[in-house]
Amino acid sequence: MRVGTNGRLRSPGRSTYPARYSAAGLVSRGLTNRPWPPAWRPQPMKSSYDVVIVGGGVHGLAAAYYLAANHGITDVAVLEKGYLGSGGSGRNTAILRSNYLTPEGVRFYDRSVKLYQRLATDLDYNVMFSQRGHLTLAHSDASLRTMRWRAEVNKVEGVDSEVIGPAEIKRLAPFLDVSTAARYPILGALWHPPGGIIRHDAVVWGYARGASARGVHIHQNTEVTGIEVAGGRVRGVATSNGDIATPVVLNATAGWSTLISDMAGVTMPVMTYPLQAAVTEPVKPFLATVIVSGTLHVYISQTDRGELVFGASVDPFTSYSMRGSLEFIEGLAGHVLELMPALTKVRLLRQWSGLCDMTPDFSPIMGPTPVQGFFVDVGWGTYGFKAGPVSGEAMAKCIASGATPEIIAAFGLERFGEGALVGEKGAAAVGH
Amino acid sequence: MTILLPCAWCGPREATEFAHIGEVAARPDPGAVTPAQWREYLYLRANPCGWTSETWYHRMGCRRFIRVERHTETNEVRPVPAAAGARAGEPAP
Repeated sequence: MRVGTNGRLRSPGRSTYPARYSAAGLVSRGLTNRPWPPAWRPQPMKSSYDVVIVGGGVHGLAAAYYLAANHGITDVAVLEKGYLGSGGSGRNTAILRSNYLTPEGVRFYDRSVKLYQRLATDLDYNVMFSQRGHLTLAHSDASLRTMRWRAEVNKVEGVDSEVIGPAEIKRLAPFLDVSTAARYPILGALWHPPGGIIRHDAVVWGYARGASARGVHIHQNTEVTGIEVAGGRVRGVATSNGDIATPVVLNATAGWSTLISDMAGVTMPVMTYPLQAAVTEPVKPFLATVIVSGTLHVYISQTDRGELVFGASVDPFTSYSMRGSLEFIEGLAGHVLELMPALTKVRLLRQWSGLCDMTPDFSPIMGPTPVQGFFVDVGWGTYGFKAGPVSGEAMAKCIASGATPEIIAAFGLERFGEGALVGEKGAAAVGH
Repeated sequence: MTILLPCAWCGPREATEFAHIGEVAARPDPGAVTPAQWREYLYLRANPCGWTSETWYHRMGCRRFIRVERHTETNEVRPVPAAAGARAGEPAP
């Protein structure tokens, strides 16, 4: 396997791993019934690595991929206690957007959307990114003001966002009830054309495949049980499958980020909340955009298969439990019907929940910690998936260069001690 | 899943009647701490996966604060241990 200077795979030969995905390959293998090789290779665990990444989700795998592709650091292990994408990466509602409130947030998520736009080409993997546009509804003068604020910050940062009125909203999403008689009348919306949805599993698998092809070891069903720190430096990690010596550990977990940081002796300003979501039976395509209502705590999109995916805000109390609740589904259904009364007869297929690490300012925690060699990419709240590529890119640069890149400089752990918070609650609390 | 919280005044009531205030943290003397210590109190949390001692507010009931112990993985609630000299659902100071 050869890697080009831009980090992309150069057309591998017939027997090279991994197989190059193409239309011709699809036809050829369809006709010959030749099986596809696995997308990533299981490797025996070594006793030492240059870098150990805890968490095999989009953040951990993206960091591993960019370490290898952009910085040539390939002696990397990704440890995942379950299967790849079994945490937040497989439980989110797969919405991408960059219409945040603070300039730091807008710049950061805009970079992520740009990386997502070319991800299918970079990874040679169809991630099914559909930039169908993203509508954040305003039901009060106060939220309309916030939408205007966000739109202006976005425009200054070069991100396409605009406030639109009910007539335009009705044109974009005819099934929305924009009448003034509604309990929560729709006064306007923040229209963000670059937003959309993506296939979240494909993003995880694509990064795993790209990282594995460049020599990264991926160890599933390997739980980290301890982190060895001596003299203020990371020395290694203990796992359910044996010990690993390493000078660098990246905590790229969600939900369990406190527990992993505790192993290194780093206290986090994080509280873990479950977030529940649900999906309906498939129906014909009728919803062309992503619909978000912060007031009603709901976001709605229609998948390529026709199912409606509903997300919400986090549960009302902290927990590591991932059980669904009836109160949630009742409230969610009521809120969805408030927006789209025509959906009364649509049946729910299932509900699930994932764990969200909420920080006091609704911004992530990225970069080095007081323990040398222990890096964090955590505190991703309810907005971690959409930041996967840029986080991986930035954390890879941070680890490789030893300096914090400008794009994540505002998100360091030290900001809580300095009181320099990056308040994103206005755009991140429910807005997906 | 129904979670019952032992309110000292109203008896066991559903968690949906309460607002979750969060884990119990000792507030340092604002006049004696450094800004960094004060911010630690404001922001840093133990966030354990297991038993934790926390405060809830009975907003749809007696509107008083209570203290309970809850297991954050199973959401099981148990009385505050007798060793701590407290009753189940004893009001928070």
